[in-house]
Amino acid sequence: MVRNAINRLYLFIIFLFLYAPIIVLIIFSFNDSKSRSHWNGFTLKWYIELFQDPIIKKALFYTITIAILSSLIATVVGTIAAIGIHNMNDWKKTVILNINYLPILNPDIVTGVSLMILFIFARIRLGFLTMLLSHIVFNIPYVILSVLPKLRQLNKHLYEAALDLGATPVYAFFKVMLPELMPGIITGALLAFTLSVDDFVISFFNTSSGVTNLSITIFSMARIGINPKINALSTLMFLTVLILLFIVNIRTSKDIKEEKL
Amino acid sequence: MKKMKFLIFLSALLIIATALSGCSASSENAYGKNSSDKKVLNVYNWGDYIGEDVIAAFEEQYGIKVNYDTFATNEDMYVKIKSGGSNYDVIFPSDYMIEKMINENMLQKIDITNITNYDLIDDQFKNLDYDPNNEYSVPYMWGTVGILYNKTMVDEPVDSWDILWDEKYANQILMLDSLRDSIAVALRKQGYSINTRDLNELEEAKQALIEQKPLVLAYVGDEVKDKMVGGEAALAVVWSGEAVAAKRENPDLEYAIPKEGSNLWVDAMAIPASSQNKEAAELFINFMCETEIAFQNADYIGYSTAHKEAKYLFPEEIINDKAAYPLLEELDSCVIFKDLGDFTKEYDRIWTEIMAQ
Repeated sequence: MVRNAINRLYLFIIFLFLYAPIIVLIIFSFNDSKSRSHWNGFTLKWYIELFQDPIIKKALFYTITIAILSSLIATVVGTIAAIGIHNMNDWKKTVILNINYLPILNPDIVTGVSLMILFIFARIRLGFLTMLLSHIVFNIPYVILSVLPKLRQLNKHLYEAALDLGATPVYAFFKVMLPELMPGIITGALLAFTLSVDDFVISFFNTSSGVTNLSITIFSMARIGINPKINALSTLMFLTVLILLFIVNIRTSKDIKEEKL
Repeated sequence: MKKMKFLIFLSALLIIATALSGCSASSENAYGKNSSDKKVLNVYNWGDYIGEDVIAAFEEQYGIKVNYDTFATNEDMYVKIKSGGSNYDVIFPSDYMIEKMINENMLQKIDITNITNYDLIDDQFKNLDYDPNNEYSVPYMWGTVGILYNKTMVDEPVDSWDILWDEKYANQILMLDSLRDSIAVALRKQGYSINTRDLNELEEAKQALIEQKPLVLAYVGDEVKDKMVGGEAALAVVWSGEAVAAKRENPDLEYAIPKEGSNLWVDAMAIPASSQNKEAAELFINFMCETEIAFQNADYIGYSTAHKEAKYLFPEEIINDKAAYPLLEELDSCVIFKDLGDFTKEYDRIWTEIMAQ
């Protein structure tokens, strides 16, 4: 009993530690004052102002568009690359994997500045395209790294068996390999998506002409003081992710039940 | 099933994206259609530093589409312009940065005859050292650096930087985590210029700041306002714009410009040398100098406007608030930061040495 209670307490403290900042942020998004230290009463005005602020709305639009496009493209490219790397011989694989690690270990600022120099050198005007390209670039290595372990677990005889039974290579790939790889691909895509939403440094150097994402917009408010509208926006984003997680989990538990039946 | 989840996730995100930003998405499309015959103006400003409807009003009045980007520090903006990949037409640098950019031929001259509202800008902010002939910049917002204090926690009058060295207020003093501003405080306290290039004077300022360090509660940035409003400290070095906002939330707070003098800063509008769109840029700058627009900007931002008439559209208590609009004689002792060129690295070194103590 006591041990159980301690276990629960421990778990509670850990979650409190993890979620305290978000809880505070959500509470202050309803605060009727610009201050982050004083509670002045309940209000929804920041939510109303949020939906009237063209700059934040534009930044949100670009953030999500770029995150979706870059994670989708990086997932396709990365998965194909992972399959290619998996089928290489040993020393080639080691070399390519190490090259793949470089952009991950490289500081963001180096990646950001070098991409900017490349774009300027190639005379591509900084804007939506350059930001999308740079996001795809830093996303691909993460996708490769999340798909490769699944490839190692894959029973290669399954694919061969499918071919023996008359499936074309393309058919066998989509019907046999891809479903097995899916968990890795989804992890990679989600990782790419969050990295893209998060990114500030690389985006900052590779955009211009009215294309900004949320992190640039929020960061640039630092001089005047972060506007509470950002609290409201963060609350909405947090709730969206939470609801999505719920839906996914309900579906998964349904699946498990159906399998048991 | 996993694939389904992934698809649900993606479609949900797409729906949110389009729902939340429907307006911007559609305006984007509308713009795409007319991009060939519609002029575009690229504006690069500080974050949250313009009235909410001002850009839309300009677009409507002149039929020019505005691409609006934001930055957080002068240095961020400088790097972006210097790298050459961007094509901004109007930027909002501060005083010392304007000087630096003029010296590096990064700004083009503004044709003042096209800025018909230029007369409405307060003469106080014309012919300043960073742009002596008003050729490159049109003042936008301005302010001072001073001491914000809590009347209930400080008994004596606050009129000197010396109070920040008073041991009575140990652990109740907030300093700015900003190299030039904090060193300037120590320099003025010792009676030296805030733009000094004398290593001995800098060394003295460093000793003063190191001596003060045990009394300082924290070196802070943006959060200084919240801390003062919440009564966490008695004295803080702040920018006047922050002081005005803090005073509104906590009436116990008061702002003072010490008698030794301080820093006066000006943010102005300028046109980068790389701009191909000077005509539209000048239209925009002129628009920003219209009385009603200047008022909207100052009202939203809460900083002091450099516009003569917009100021008087505010209620009495703001016009008479000495934090927002100090008396002329108080400003006499305030000096604008100069670009120090290569000497900047000595300031960097001094600051690192103070922080390392």
